[in-house]
Amino acid sequence: MAVRTRMSGNEAVAHAIRQIDPDVMPAFPITPSTEIPQYVSTMIANGEIETEFIPVESEHSAMSAAIGAGAAGARTFTATSSAGLALMWEVVYVAASTRLPLVMAVVNRGLTGPLNINAEHSDSMGARDSGWIQIYAENNQEAYDNMIQAYRIAEHADVHLPVMICQDGFITSHAVENISLLDDAPVKKFVGEYQPEHFLLNEKEPVAVGPYAVSNYCMEAKKAQAEAMIRSKKVILDVARDFEEISGRAYGFFEAYRMDDAEYAVAAIGSVCGTAKDAVDRLREKGVKAGLIKVRVFRPFPGEELAEALRGCKAVAIMDRCESYSGEGGPLGAELTAAMYRAKVTAETVNIVYGLSGRDVRVEDMEQVYADLRSMAEEGKRFAQYPYLGLRE
Amino acid sequence: MAAQTEIRWHGRGGQGAKTAALLLADVAFMTGKHVQGFPEYGPERMGAPITAYDRISDTEIRVHSNIYEPDYVVVVDDTLLHSVDVTKGLKPEGAILVNTEKPKEEILPYLKGYRGRVCTIDAREVCMRTMGSYFPNTPMLAAIVKISGVMDTEVFLKEMEASLAHKFAKKPEVLAGNMAALSLALTEVR
Repeated sequence: MAVRTRMSGNEAVAHAIRQIDPDVMPAFPITPSTEIPQYVSTMIANGEIETEFIPVESEHSAMSAAIGAGAAGARTFTATSSAGLALMWEVVYVAASTRLPLVMAVVNRGLTGPLNINAEHSDSMGARDSGWIQIYAENNQEAYDNMIQAYRIAEHADVHLPVMICQDGFITSHAVENISLLDDAPVKKFVGEYQPEHFLLNEKEPVAVGPYAVSNYCMEAKKAQAEAMIRSKKVILDVARDFEEISGRAYGFFEAYRMDDAEYAVAAIGSVCGTAKDAVDRLREKGVKAGLIKVRVFRPFPGEELAEALRGCKAVAIMDRCESYSGEGGPLGAELTAAMYRAKVTAETVNIVYGLSGRDVRVEDMEQVYADLRSMAEEGKRFAQYPYLGLRE
Repeated sequence: MAAQTEIRWHGRGGQGAKTAALLLADVAFMTGKHVQGFPEYGPERMGAPITAYDRISDTEIRVHSNIYEPDYVVVVDDTLLHSVDVTKGLKPEGAILVNTEKPKEEILPYLKGYRGRVCTIDAREVCMRTMGSYFPNTPMLAAIVKISGVMDTEVFLKEMEASLAHKFAKKPEVLAGNMAALSLALTEVR
């Protein structure tokens, strides 16, 4: 029986970890990390779970220890945020290329400067090419649900890749909201026991982990890694289907909200999508055919599926909570526009940068985005290369 | 009561305004509401002005923005009246609650002609009489529950007792003082 309660996004993730009871959690337990390691370490201290907590001196060490634990054959979890993820950088790639099914909770916050650690996607978006699967959440409920699905995806024989479970810093991580929690038993059954295929502590099968590869082999290894990322698409959907059976909550690569006949669509990631849904409802009451695509899975990038969902729209705003400094917009804008081009989906597009360093986005701001889409489609209005939403002038 | 009540808290770092906002969300949840309680994070230092928010609703809350047109405003420290535009966006059919030892007339000039209800409470006095130390968030929490009517005050006290008994499981001696502060605040707010 599900338990209806209320908690912050950080608590929600920690609660999922209590139910999963991973073998090892190395983490840097203070800022820039979040309350997640604090909550989990409290559960360990209280004897609620048997996870081995390894307090480390830096985030680079946290990821290094996670790699060691994962290679040894342990189900491994860590959590970080902002500059903490940046400090892990070198070894984040090693975790993926070593094909370790680690899971990391990322609370999305900006990278300095100016010095600021409020909500922004620049930390995990910077790691988008590191080979990790990335799944994003709109609210605490989704952060919890995604965490429960993470190990099934990461450990699947067709995948063997690490997974980042992302949520917006402060906006959902530190906000107390209603949530529906699953009982421990069905979660444990759903996640299952981890049975690693090849691992260092298997005395019957000595293996080398992370060896040097000459050019003659390295490219094949990278291709194999890329293939695993592509294969993970099916696994992500299969796991979501199984999760729906125990929770009643459906997940896919993205959520299409009121998109059936939508003429004006926004594509975005994270907590802003809840605000956008309120704007969509207000506009629908006025007869405006507004819709929303909430991107849940950014890696692997479901380009074909997203483009197909936008086919028929007159104008699309692609929103990035991240500046790429490319001079042309953000990562979602670049990738989704390319996917639409390949699929010959010809809606007008604008790539909007919003919410940097926690800049607030109101329902009215989102209504303005839809109004701009209408003027693009109906009056031929054109915007700058990529406008900033809510910028002070 | 409207389908959704929005409350904005103004306090200073260390006074527990954020904790009070989260506690209010917590206790409102116990009455079957959808809730959202969240702080607006700035530089974290003692004494700096901080803002926190509550949404309490009969229906699911999806919006994730700050609150610009609150139904109620709580000012945990009256020295903020000089520097913060506390009545900004405040709905006239709502109310502002200020922690102050001053008579209402003395704070009115800081409220920019706010036309709604103005309520005050001397939280320090309530704290000193009940707990012997100054934690203004406790009486302010009770006072805003009374003013806003987001829940029945008897239910509020009952839920708070359970919540505080859990929170102070290792310091049961402070429970009675906190409960007395909540009860006294319900009668002292005016």
